[in-house]
Amino acid sequence: MNNTTSPYAIELRDISKRFGAVQANKDICLQVPAGTVHGIIGENGAGKSTLMSIIYGFYEADTGDIEVGGELVNIRTSEDAIRFGIGMVHQHFMLVENFTVLENVVLGAEGGAMLKGGLDAARKELKRLEQEYNLDVDVDAVVEDLPVGLQQRVEILKALYRGAKILILDEPTGVLTPQEADHLFRILKSLKEQGVTVMIITHKLREIMASTDNVSVMRQGQMVAHRVTAETDKEELAELMVGKKVRLVVDKEEAQPTNVALSAKNLSWFDEQGVKRLKDVSLELKAGEIVGIAGVSGNGQSELLNALSGITPLSDGEIHFNGEVITAKNKKNASQMRDLKMAHVPEDRHKMGLVTGFEAYEAAILGYHNSEAYNGKILLDRKAMLDECNERMQKWDVRPADPFLKTANFSGGNQQKIVIAREVEQNPDVLLIGQPTRGVDIGAIENIHEEIVKLRDSGKAILLVSVELDEIMALSDRIIVMFDGAVVGEIDAKDADERTLGLMMANALNEEETAGGQA
Amino acid sequence: MFETLILILDATLRVSTPLILAALAGLFAERSGIVDIGLEGKILGAAFAAAAAAAVFGSAWIGLLFAIIASVALALIHGFACITHRGDHIVSGVAINTIVAGLTVTLGLDWFSQGGQTPALTGDARFTSITFPFADALADVPVIGLIYSELLSGHNILVYLAFAIVPFAVWIIYKTRFGLRLRAVGENPHAVDTAGISVAFIRYRAMIICGILCGLAGAYLSTAHNAGFLKDMSAGKGYIALAALIFGKWRPVPVMFACLLFGFLDAVAVRMQGVQVPGIGEVPVQAIEVLPYVLTVLLLAGFIGKAVAPKAVGRPYVKERG
Repeated sequence: MNNTTSPYAIELRDISKRFGAVQANKDICLQVPAGTVHGIIGENGAGKSTLMSIIYGFYEADTGDIEVGGELVNIRTSEDAIRFGIGMVHQHFMLVENFTVLENVVLGAEGGAMLKGGLDAARKELKRLEQEYNLDVDVDAVVEDLPVGLQQRVEILKALYRGAKILILDEPTGVLTPQEADHLFRILKSLKEQGVTVMIITHKLREIMASTDNVSVMRQGQMVAHRVTAETDKEELAELMVGKKVRLVVDKEEAQPTNVALSAKNLSWFDEQGVKRLKDVSLELKAGEIVGIAGVSGNGQSELLNALSGITPLSDGEIHFNGEVITAKNKKNASQMRDLKMAHVPEDRHKMGLVTGFEAYEAAILGYHNSEAYNGKILLDRKAMLDECNERMQKWDVRPADPFLKTANFSGGNQQKIVIAREVEQNPDVLLIGQPTRGVDIGAIENIHEEIVKLRDSGKAILLVSVELDEIMALSDRIIVMFDGAVVGEIDAKDADERTLGLMMANALNEEETAGGQA
Repeated sequence: MFETLILILDATLRVSTPLILAALAGLFAERSGIVDIGLEGKILGAAFAAAAAAAVFGSAWIGLLFAIIASVALALIHGFACITHRGDHIVSGVAINTIVAGLTVTLGLDWFSQGGQTPALTGDARFTSITFPFADALADVPVIGLIYSELLSGHNILVYLAFAIVPFAVWIIYKTRFGLRLRAVGENPHAVDTAGISVAFIRYRAMIICGILCGLAGAYLSTAHNAGFLKDMSAGKGYIALAALIFGKWRPVPVMFACLLFGFLDAVAVRMQGVQVPGIGEVPVQAIEVLPYVLTVLLLAGFIGKAVAPKAVGRPYVKERG
């Protein structure tokens, strides 16, 4: 990329890629001006990641051309991409966790058969890069000891160390707190000032608005629009993404909470290593309200769901629910909790919510398979199962409405509907619901949110765990924030905004105030 | 008493040698992410190849060469199944062990007609012991003399080679580019792939090294420690080596010490045979021989520190669909 006259750092022409029957990318054209931050936005499954993988040489396009700095290039492997100055920060970091930062950075760019020279040179070069781009990291720290925000910086340093002039970030804020995300945006800005072209792939409108110069929208494998960020807004982009008008807020009345449906006192849980993962958590759920648990993932939310639903026994504390007191001694397993009318939509539908090899009508009764409704004298009553499944598929608009389709072959949104319908249709008193819309497209999100609110209005207590702040804020009546296994705050949903919640999630509210609010 | 101890330690060195070679072989394989339960089969195959070639050509060195060729070929078969075809590492390894156990005897019968054994090796067809200078002269010096002439001197070249390979392996794994990539590929192959390095190529190279080391271990058994091939002569050494690999937490020097410990137990077991221990009576040899496995189980159960395997070990590498 010597002296070229092209104003574009990268240009794609008619890129198409097909995986079997799925057309992941179709005739994609894209021009990214050099030295800008360019957003690629689209729903899950719109083909963003495939497109970036093609640019980074993970896949080869079936047809189409890629120009880098005005030169036609043939990118067949990641090695080629690196040679053409393209660096990528993957959604799941590509770091060797028990290596130091330095070792991770030099991996693949060691500069000789012996390590010593390469490591010394890298140490020097990293010092320079850190200063130039404001990317402070302790190069001798072991990666697994670093918080995710810093791990991401290591990924960026890795790309820069290889001389990347075009940096692609795939869903960069998925694992970050809002504060860490803001810091990332500042880093991107200084990268831009130094002439690096940045491409961000995301499905979050907030980030696009906050950090990009231009934005391209993808839908169903195609590029549907290009906009200058300053001349568009969230609503227009959302509409372009889905192809129809969507509401970003959930329509709901004021909650009318009545009696306490479940109360938990000082719940604690220790994992196999003896680490206290759940720290004296107390909470109350009232019938007719939705309580949201906000927190960066991995701060005890999953453990709380497991403890409440009976999947893991308590180490300490007690749960009062429907006349029972559940303690470390008086255990109830998940099936007994179900009998007490507690329903649970697990966070990970593939691992815990479904047996992906089962057909839909079988998956639709999992956990309730001993119920009289589905059993004949000896065998399962297949007809009852099928009738029930057909009925639910109609009611919940599951597509395709085929009870014999393996659950693995439904889209994420439809799989989730199968799981939620299964739990809700048993008429529980309390519904625990984890990440209800993870990997679900916007149309289905709306649908699921409506159903959750409907359930609340019919007098059920709902505990919602989600890493999507928007979702927590839109659905909840009360919000409880967890950090490091403990409840660190509670706030009425009406008073919650992203900034306050973000600070609570990082447990930094107090520090922040004393530091004078620099975020 | 001191002399007995020296004799036991001397035997320890001899029985530890194939363990060290095999455990290092396993170390290279597992550090790259390949589980190699087929160490046993490679050792046995190499032992047969070494004895057969040494018998035919009359040279231990040619025997060694054939041992390495046979063992590397088996390692590459394992690699082909596990790396290229993403097969199950255990299934492939067990298949190799089973095939080799049968094939060596069958070929032995066909070629040499001695009940599956190879002809007894003599002279240059065996690796003989190397006596250090002045070993005899110093033998009578108290303490040092015994250590020098009995313990250190008088082993064959493969013994010294095995111990020399340990620091060499440390150097390769921690100081070279190949070592860095090897460690990375066993932990997170995706990171290696996205850094523009071929995961498969590194793993194949690791398997070749694994094959060479198993070749040395096999040749040691049939052309140095013994004088010919016997049916099933590897006698579980491949499995003990794997245990030592875990016991040594996948690091060369601790692995060597684990092998020495297991070798020592073996040497003690041999010594204890038929010996009446006051108050206890005769200690069954099996009770001592089982100790390596018991210790390894205790380690895995978390009673003696913690053994953390390379994270990606045993998992075929598949590029993620984005």
